[in-house]
Amino acid sequence: MSVKVYVPCDAATVSVGADAVAKAIAEQIATRRLGASLVRNGSRGMFWLEPLVEVETPQGRIAYGPVSVDAVAGLFDAGFLEGKPHALRLGPTEEIPFLKRQERLTFARCGITDPLSLSDYVSHGGYRGLEKALKLTPQAIVEEVTNSGLRGRGGAGFPTGIKWRTVLNAPAEQKYIVCNADEGDSGTYADRMIIEGDPFVLIEGMTIAGIAVGATSGYIYLRSEYPHAFRTLRRAIAIAYDKGYLGENVAGSGKRFDLDVRLGAGAYICGEETSLLESLEGKRGQIRFKPPLPAIEGLFGKPTVVNNVISLATVPIILDKGGEYYKNFGMGRSRGTLTIQLAGNIKHGGLVEKAFGLTLREAIYDFGGGTASGRPLRAVQVGGPLGAYFPESLLDTPLDYEAFIERKGMLGHGGIVVFDDTVDLARQARFAMEFCAVESCGKCTPCRVGSTRGVEVINRIIANENREQNLELLGDLCEVLMDGSLCALGGLIPFPVQSAIRHFPEDFQKPAPPPPASGSSKVQETQSWR
Amino acid sequence: MSKEQRWDADRALSLIRELAHLPGALLPILHALQDEFGYVDKAAVPLIADALNLSHAEVHGVISFYHDFRHTPAGKHVLKMCRAEACQSMGCDKTIRHVENRLGVRLGETTGDGGFTVDAVYCLGNCALSPAVMLDGKLYGRVSPEVAEFLIESAQRHS
Ligand SMILES: Cc1cc2nc3c(=O)[nH]c(=O)nc-3n(C[C@H](O)[C@H](O)[C@H](O)COP(=O)(O)O)c2cc1C
Ligand code: SF4
Ligand code: FES
Repeated sequence: MSVKVYVPCDAATVSVGADAVAKAIAEQIATRRLGASLVRNGSRGMFWLEPLVEVETPQGRIAYGPVSVDAVAGLFDAGFLEGKPHALRLGPTEEIPFLKRQERLTFARCGITDPLSLSDYVSHGGYRGLEKALKLTPQAIVEEVTNSGLRGRGGAGFPTGIKWRTVLNAPAEQKYIVCNADEGDSGTYADRMIIEGDPFVLIEGMTIAGIAVGATSGYIYLRSEYPHAFRTLRRAIAIAYDKGYLGENVAGSGKRFDLDVRLGAGAYICGEETSLLESLEGKRGQIRFKPPLPAIEGLFGKPTVVNNVISLATVPIILDKGGEYYKNFGMGRSRGTLTIQLAGNIKHGGLVEKAFGLTLREAIYDFGGGTASGRPLRAVQVGGPLGAYFPESLLDTPLDYEAFIERKGMLGHGGIVVFDDTVDLARQARFAMEFCAVESCGKCTPCRVGSTRGVEVINRIIANENREQNLELLGDLCEVLMDGSLCALGGLIPFPVQSAIRHFPEDFQKPAPPPPASGSSKVQETQSWR
Repeated sequence: MSKEQRWDADRALSLIRELAHLPGALLPILHALQDEFGYVDKAAVPLIADALNLSHAEVHGVISFYHDFRHTPAGKHVLKMCRAEACQSMGCDKTIRHVENRLGVRLGETTGDGGFTVDAVYCLGNCALSPAVMLDGKLYGRVSPEVAEFLIESAQRHS
């Protein structure tokens, strides 16, 4: 039997050389005439160890990493195909503490299988959820999802089952399932990872959603920053059609479900669901007034389920193992698992799927190992660019929707961005306003004009011009944004700004920096990047 | 490197016709044109408007709304540099400054010789391996100024 060697194909792993390592391994196998075959798997999500190469041995999969091209010949010399010792040997993959302590439900297969092998997918429990769903009534499917306690993972945390019930009960000849794969928040990559590492689980989740609410057509709206994920999805969809899991007769059930993937075009606001729908319809991605809800009048005016990638990719395991099983993970009203993404200045950056309730501190230190720079941690931003900056003293906050709201924060899509003590929170606050100005859809004045004003005001605060008045002005501006914005971009951008002022007031009281030398770059000073 | 060709109205029209039947065809069409030519030429606006039964203003409004679509040809190489929070925490500003000085452009600009376009992006989904950049559609992680220098030099060598 030929030995299997796994080298991931996930874009992040490729970004640090996985393709070159795969090529070098293939060459060694060929020149040494070895009975080994190369499999490109998804990533296990331990990015500091990437490229992480695994070898299948009688003792299970043995990991080596991070592997560089230069190390490949040495690995073969050392006998890594038999799992033998080497400086890069990490032991059995599943025993690596970062992975061993997780509860992988949504990511059960990610990093284990070949993402584009449907037979891998099925032999690892894939399409069991669909099989169960096909034996249930639509109401019973929706009931199962409702019972699981699953709340939308895109940020707002709305109960998925309730959204589905609204669409199920909306009478219409045509309904749609739309997957929000816009993943615009800095510090998040779980959507990308599951799409590149286990695309069929998303396809299965969307198919189940379609059957549950009576929708025969689905779209995945994928951000254009993810060309690699786009290619994987296109191929996975083609395979699913070819094998009868999509199309007019899904898995022989007589039910239809069609699926297509569409690319966004670099607009953060198109992650907001109504803006996304406008964009899918081929229009400017401007926010729609609500009501009507997309569940009643969504894509092309039809009842539409809009769900995040992780929400939909979690549906198959809920149907397979039951809502009760899923619900038993978690705390309070946050049921199931959260896909935490450790990002930024962190030693062990990566994906941690764990029941809700882990504290920020446990995530950052027990899993993340503290800062990458080795300097003291000073601030943490959770929930993307609209999320609050937390100081060290809030690190015991449990990862739970309500706990974050209580502390004027937001769990969002589960991204945790760590900053060390070199961070300047006044500059981070300015960046928040700048980001809002760049990404505003322009529909309402507070957001469109107020964000640019916000940048100017913070610039004056940094420059120590009428600091106290300007801080007051900034406070007022934040109020206006919160009260007068149509959507959460303008409405929540005060969170990072005000949390920076609240928790790090000293950063707004520093002496004014010297003016930049003429001719030097203005990376910090320029506002109009695009 | 983009497979960029000169603007060609016939080619554009055939791309438009291939996609016009799709529901919500405008974005797929704009992407197809930009993939083909490296930008969306002004001359495409009436062609698209005609095929989709939209006004010129509507088509133009959509093109200008999205950051992705260019009105003028891009450089031979397109370097997208992430400047969102996770990359900031790992010093992306330093890498950006290096690239700007090295190529003599600011983010959003194209070098005089048409060699490089350098753009800002906000997150490339590589936030555990920050700072991240994308060069000609390929993602790179842990991009220090030295790595950026290496990327620029190898791109120039392969031009
Ligand atoms: C400015 C803004 C950006 C958003 N970006 C995303 C995104 O990138 N991905 C996502 O799933 N949801 C995003 N959302 C949330 C969506 O509007 C919506 O709540 C979500 O897609 C619903 O799916 P869920 O219930 O499965 O979370 C964003 C919301 C706002 C206000
Ligand atoms: S708050 Fe900003 S992004 Fe949201 S609708 Fe208003 S202008 Fe558009
Ligand atoms: S913030 Fe730069 S890749 Fe995500």
